[in-house]
Amino acid sequence: MARVQLRNLEKVYGGSVKAVHGINLDIEDGEFMVFVGPSGCAKSTTLRMIAGLEDITGGEVIIGDQRVNDLPPGKRSIAMVFQNYALYPHMKVRGNLAFGLKIAGKSKPEIETAIADVARILEIEPLLDRLPKQLSGGQAQRVALGRALIKKPSVFLFDEPLSNLDAKLRASMRVRITELHRRLKGEGLSSTVIYVTHDQTEAMTMGDRICVMQAGRIMQVATPKELYNHPANLFVAGFIGSPEMNLLEGNLQGGHFVIGSQRLTLGDEVLSRLSTQPRDAVLGIRPQHLALDPSGLKARLTNAEFMGHEVYLHAELEGQKIIAVVGTAEFEQLGRTETIGLKPSAEHINIFDKADGSNVSLHRHRLAA
Amino acid sequence: MDTNAVMDMDVFNDAQAAKRARLRLISATIRYILLFVVGLLMLYPLIWLVGASFKTNSEIFSGAGFIPQNPTLDGYIKGWETSTPYTFGRFFWNSFLIILPKTIGTAISCTMAAYAFARFDFPFKKILFTTVIATLLLPNVVTRIPQYILFRDLGWLDSFLPLWVPSALAGDAFFVFMLVQFLRSLPSDMEEAARVDGANSLQTLVYIVVPMLAPALISVCLFQFMWTMNDFLGPLIYLSSVDKYPVSLALKLSIDTTEAFEWNRILAMSVLTIAPALIIFFAAQRYFIEGISSGGVKG
Repeated sequence: MARVQLRNLEKVYGGSVKAVHGINLDIEDGEFMVFVGPSGCAKSTTLRMIAGLEDITGGEVIIGDQRVNDLPPGKRSIAMVFQNYALYPHMKVRGNLAFGLKIAGKSKPEIETAIADVARILEIEPLLDRLPKQLSGGQAQRVALGRALIKKPSVFLFDEPLSNLDAKLRASMRVRITELHRRLKGEGLSSTVIYVTHDQTEAMTMGDRICVMQAGRIMQVATPKELYNHPANLFVAGFIGSPEMNLLEGNLQGGHFVIGSQRLTLGDEVLSRLSTQPRDAVLGIRPQHLALDPSGLKARLTNAEFMGHEVYLHAELEGQKIIAVVGTAEFEQLGRTETIGLKPSAEHINIFDKADGSNVSLHRHRLAA
Repeated sequence: MDTNAVMDMDVFNDAQAAKRARLRLISATIRYILLFVVGLLMLYPLIWLVGASFKTNSEIFSGAGFIPQNPTLDGYIKGWETSTPYTFGRFFWNSFLIILPKTIGTAISCTMAAYAFARFDFPFKKILFTTVIATLLLPNVVTRIPQYILFRDLGWLDSFLPLWVPSALAGDAFFVFMLVQFLRSLPSDMEEAARVDGANSLQTLVYIVVPMLAPALISVCLFQFMWTMNDFLGPLIYLSSVDKYPVSLALKLSIDTTEAFEWNRILAMSVLTIAPALIIFFAAQRYFIEGISSGGVKG
């Protein structure tokens, strides 16, 4: 069992600067949990508190059934992969892999077998007798992964492990880590993963669930799909997805959403979802969920970016910027025009209360869930 | 007309290029001559010392040249015997008995003190560190008398203890400061990785920090070795028996006891005295320069 529970977890620096504001989170056994957020949102601090590298100011960290607040990192049954690999520069790859086991007092044959196993899984056998400085970034990260794997920990902690790699390598390492996680899980080994990143592609593709953080607070914890389709608030809506979700400010007036001089009729489907009807509201709609339709909202086309199979249309709607993603064919049918009509698909409309930023259109969804 | 103009430009460019090359050559020649002359000027006393140690006594003051006319080992043979019942080997052994525990003790104690200051939080850390730095600024002379009284009360006079024990207990603030600065420049990721791997503070220090600290530690040992070898005042104050003299005092001895100075003996022993420091310096200088933690960290 390697459930990780955070109870009112707090971190205060220097007695006054509060970095983490009482976080509560349950991470299930075998779950791949991603912490994502902009830099400075305390995701790494939270991870380091779970690892034991950072003192806990308040609250509890529970791994399995044990409160680990006062345990040193080595006794928490965790392994960590660092952003800059943190390989021991004076030890060969073999030594790096063996270090943890040696400290734990494992016998030589045991260590040799473990190294052979891990090297095979990560395909680093030819690298075993090299020093870290003789490794490329990708190789070094595989060794760092091996150093975590060899300990057979209950929980794997990843602190932005791929951010020093180039885009291509990052994509392949992403797949490798996900496969590794699945493999461990398949073998019935403990494989809870907490993965910190600021890269939303990593978050969306790797996580079973994603925990979006901002300024030391959890904004939303949900599956990638849920997060994408039903962001809990304006922050998550703006943070997840590329290009970003369009957030149009306006007013809710008797079943209509009014933006400047234009009004969009919200169908029954949307209205039935609203838990409240704030007057000042923000309508959120993803660029992919806007269709070209002359009967839709009128917008002035300012730029069109050709991306191959689709086109990003940048437009201005009543002074607010809006982006739509349409198929190349549709775009070509449009011909030369300055004004376009954009129609949001009703089931993908999210309505936020402008005052507190919360999503008020999750009602039916909540009931269904 | 056009072709001529192009031709003229080519000729002009070639001439300019040749001129630049000539200037470069002249400038390089001047610079190297200057460097050579100044270098020679700096090294000349050392070269002369080595040369003069092979001269006869009468020849030493007959000219400024360093090549001996009738090279002789007389200075070395007689100098080694000394005017005391002991040979110079005894004094080298004494120096060694001071240097060895002092250097090893310094390396161990300063590493531990620096590690504590650089990586841990403990009560009064700031005040303590300020104190360390303050002692660095304190002139040595100020503490001589209280120290002497302290060691006298401990019964350590005329023994090697006052010469190495304070240093072996991280008493040299300069080395602590130097290692603290070096440690602060090292990323702490590797140490964190070691802690996650289950190592305690001491294991982290021994297996991870010390290897990364090696270049700085070698510098510390080298400095301590050379300074101790050259230290004159310390042994002069604390040692009174001739059989305990290190080489620095022994050299002075040969000046004191003879009425007519046997300069070639003194010079010969001076050469032997600086030899270990020179050999060790040249053997270890590559570690001075060698970079640290290369490859362990990228980013």
